[in-house]
Amino acid sequence: MLKISKYVLYDILRNKVMLFYSVFLLILSLSLFQMEENSGKAILSLMNIILIVVPLISMIFSTIHWYNSYEFIELMLTQPVSRKKVILSEYIGISSSLITAFLVGVGISICIFHFDSTGIAMLLIGCLLTLAFTSIAFLASVKSKDKSRGIGAALLLWFYFALIYDGLILLVLFTFSDYPLEKIILFLSSFNPVDLGRIFIMLQLDISALMGYTGAVYKDFFGSSIGLFFTLGIMLLWIVTPLFLAVRSFGRKDL
Amino acid sequence: MIHVEHLNKRFKKLQALCNINVQFQKGQAISLIGPNGSGKTTLIKSILGLVKPDTGTILFNGVSIAADVSYRNNIGYMPQIGRYPENMKIGQVFDMIKSIRKADQKGLDEELYYKFKLDTLSDKNMRSLSGGTRQKVSAALAFLFNADVLILDEPTAGLDSLASEVLKEKILQEKAKGKLILLTTHILSDLEDVTTHIMYLQDGSMQFFKSLSELQQDTGEERLSKAIAYLMKNELKKKEVAYLKIAN
Repeated sequence: MLKISKYVLYDILRNKVMLFYSVFLLILSLSLFQMEENSGKAILSLMNIILIVVPLISMIFSTIHWYNSYEFIELMLTQPVSRKKVILSEYIGISSSLITAFLVGVGISICIFHFDSTGIAMLLIGCLLTLAFTSIAFLASVKSKDKSRGIGAALLLWFYFALIYDGLILLVLFTFSDYPLEKIILFLSSFNPVDLGRIFIMLQLDISALMGYTGAVYKDFFGSSIGLFFTLGIMLLWIVTPLFLAVRSFGRKDL
Repeated sequence: MIHVEHLNKRFKKLQALCNINVQFQKGQAISLIGPNGSGKTTLIKSILGLVKPDTGTILFNGVSIAADVSYRNNIGYMPQIGRYPENMKIGQVFDMIKSIRKADQKGLDEELYYKFKLDTLSDKNMRSLSGGTRQKVSAALAFLFNADVLILDEPTAGLDSLASEVLKEKILQEKAKGKLILLTTHILSDLEDVTTHIMYLQDGSMQFFKSLSELQQDTGEERLSKAIAYLMKNELKKKEVAYLKIAN
């Protein structure tokens, strides 16, 4: 399996997109830390950008790469290699390169300027989000044979997770503002890995005190070790479930 | 060696394969013949596991191909349109396939690789190759591992006469070794001297599977192309009669 991943990685390294991604994140994070006096503020801005950029790049890059390596996949399948092996090697190759680029880009400046639990939480969430959105992208591209449809589906899913879902949550909050919603919102946030990541990082910062009663409920839950395992568990589900569905549907597909 | 049982495959509205039952044995060289869209490539892809049949089973040496992919170690496949990673070089493609099939240098059959002079092109990008050179790469890859079964989809299409002569010679040579060769073609005269059996497909169902001598007896024609043309004409006549009946 790793043998095939090696060829996938080789292919990704050659087109230099990963290099640009990494350099972009590095410049972004360095300049944010340089601009802000207080590194806590900087890390908050960095978080907001990362929560948008990481899912977007992971999804778009994975989808496009999948369609571009279709010939490679077809060639592999005429050889004695199982379909599961092919798709998992693709996944390992793509996600490991995305994670490396992210860790180099953001990790360096966090290690220099803000190396504490918040910084580490952010790196962790960044990696988990990369894995989750890569597997969502795989599901989208396996399901749609047409390239433009696959990329469109990936973009729409990103819109949903990054923007629309928050809008829906706000709508619920405003409509039912007379009722105690803290626990429900806590529950709803696990349906969106981006939100889950945001809450997880925020609670590592001290600003949760500013968020009133909801913040206190969150802090109580996510601050505990149960909360940590809950977050990691849900994130893992977001990684494994789409990937599992993608592997299954790829196994039944006609090429 | 390959045993196809009750194979059915439907692509949305099109019945691509309809209850195919056939057995291919070692030493046979089977020509799959039929009009465009009659299901030849779909049958080949089903045997390779690229197309998943709706119902029916394919057994390779008695083992169902759905169970395990290792049977593909015994197959050399030359696709109709060879599609390769665009940004790899010829040499890299060969190295990659070799390393994936875990072949040791001894068991390799690099005759075609050298006869097609691919060694001199090994630094060329796959993207820049002409259709013919691509076909040469496909052919060389199919024969590289000395596989017991060779599946060749339109092997001579796109090759110049010199290269296609080389390929034909190679096919004959492999046939003499007792391998099973399964090929599709439209240019019948091309592979007349290779073929031992004919499988004729039409609209996804098998019309007949006969040895060449049987076919010659049945049609009274000596040459394969004439025999097939005779059959196709008869088929058309039958259809025309049916149309005429409907018209009147």
